Amino acid sequence: MVGIYSYGVYIPRFRIKIPEIARVWGANADDLTKGLGVFEKSVPDLDEDTATIAVEAARSAMRRRSVDPEKIGAIYVGSESHPYAVKPTACTVGEAIGATPHMTAADYEFACKAGTAGIQTCMGLAKSGMVPYGIAVGADVAQGAPGDALEYTAAAGGAAFVIGNDDPIAVINHTCSFTTDTPDFWRREGQNFPRHGGRFTGDPGYFKHVQGAARMMLEQMGKTPSDYDYAVFHQPNAKFPQRVAKMLGFSADQIRPGLVVPRLGNTYSGSSMVGLAATLDVAEPGSRIFVTSFGSGAGSDAFDIEVTDAIASGAFDRSAAPTVEQLLANPIYVDYALYAKHKGKIVMQR
Amino acid sequence: MSVSRFWRKIPQRYNLIGTQCTTCGRYFFPPRSFCPECRRDGEIVDYQFKGDGEIVTYTVIRSASDQFENTTPYVLAIVRLDEGADLTAQVVCTPEEARIGMRVRSVFRRIAADGESGVIHYGTKFVPAE
Ligand SMILES: [Zn+2]
Repeated sequence: MVGIYSYGVYIPRFRIKIPEIARVWGANADDLTKGLGVFEKSVPDLDEDTATIAVEAARSAMRRRSVDPEKIGAIYVGSESHPYAVKPTACTVGEAIGATPHMTAADYEFACKAGTAGIQTCMGLAKSGMVPYGIAVGADVAQGAPGDALEYTAAAGGAAFVIGNDDPIAVINHTCSFTTDTPDFWRREGQNFPRHGGRFTGDPGYFKHVQGAARMMLEQMGKTPSDYDYAVFHQPNAKFPQRVAKMLGFSADQIRPGLVVPRLGNTYSGSSMVGLAATLDVAEPGSRIFVTSFGSGAGSDAFDIEVTDAIASGAFDRSAAPTVEQLLANPIYVDYALYAKHKGKIVMQR
Repeated sequence: MSVSRFWRKIPQRYNLIGTQCTTCGRYFFPPRSFCPECRRDGEIVDYQFKGDGEIVTYTVIRSASDQFENTTPYVLAIVRLDEGADLTAQVVCTPEEARIGMRVRSVFRRIAADGESGVIHYGTKFVPAE
């Protein structure tokens, strides 16, 4: 059965509090934190980018469970902040985990769901027998223009999932997707920051697609929300996943372990994947997890995941790499000036 | 650094690939193809260091070349890997945190970039591990 063989996460240590960003732009901090349900967000170090985050996440996955790097036949890195416009991040990840040269690789881009698209690709390759294992990474050092609404949540982090058929820690029972051409959020070539359709982004973007994919999954599997122990939804803020969970009939308890956005921010391509990882951090054999990602532009990928006995067996060592909870602990807080320096928002004289 | 020189060093920069003399057991980083101890009897094989070690000594760089100027001040240390090879590398911590004997572990970071349009050099740095 195809499923998750191992997983790993990386979150930079720096954080900025939302009221500190609000202070700079003269915005009402209380309204913002309440409206978004986000209190702080992660900030990359000066020498961290999507490639370093992807490598650290993939290495963590491999520390938790030994994989012969020669058997990793595919690597896909989903991001909207790849360090190069042309030169794949996936090749750097492959080299850094010793999987090159006998592998295929590509970078994916589909706003916040490029990573889950990578999981689907790896599932297809593993299931068809084309590769023993594939690695799908979702990672971003998310960009939000100074003063824009996105700046309050755009965060840095990522997760890597090793996908294969051999004794997975969690079987992926099914996946399905819901995709349309919707201009809710975009970034044109050569532009530094994305733009969005304002209030338009909610209903025709997030809610339509997440519900579309989620209801399709429930129908195709013949399940109801109460058949699942946990649910994870893309989390651009805390309000959207909470609202969509309610609309679909999932409870606050089901989404709690995977709702990492209040202390992390939106890691874009990493968002729902870090949420899934946080849920796997606490899941037990038999736990059933419902996942729906969302990427603007727009589409959602839904997954029905069932944790196996392998997660608690000697083959898998969850403690060999930090959990999401451990990665969120002991942050180093920066003020807006240091944040601006870390994010390269200060223009230097050359 | 030229693009080709960077490219040739990717295995040692990304993955701490050095060598070991299996005759006497000594480890070498950067990799050596000749053991000064065993000389012609030395059997040299590739070895990937685990990346754990400690700071032997360090200095704080406060004024750096253009490539590194936005990262000052930073800690540049001689790290002794547990297998017994020394290398010079950046330790990602504040100057106040750094001390001789501090346990460190390797991480994958951006080392430098060739301007706005050139190649980005990735490689190994260290972070405190205690
Ligand atoms: Zn020797």
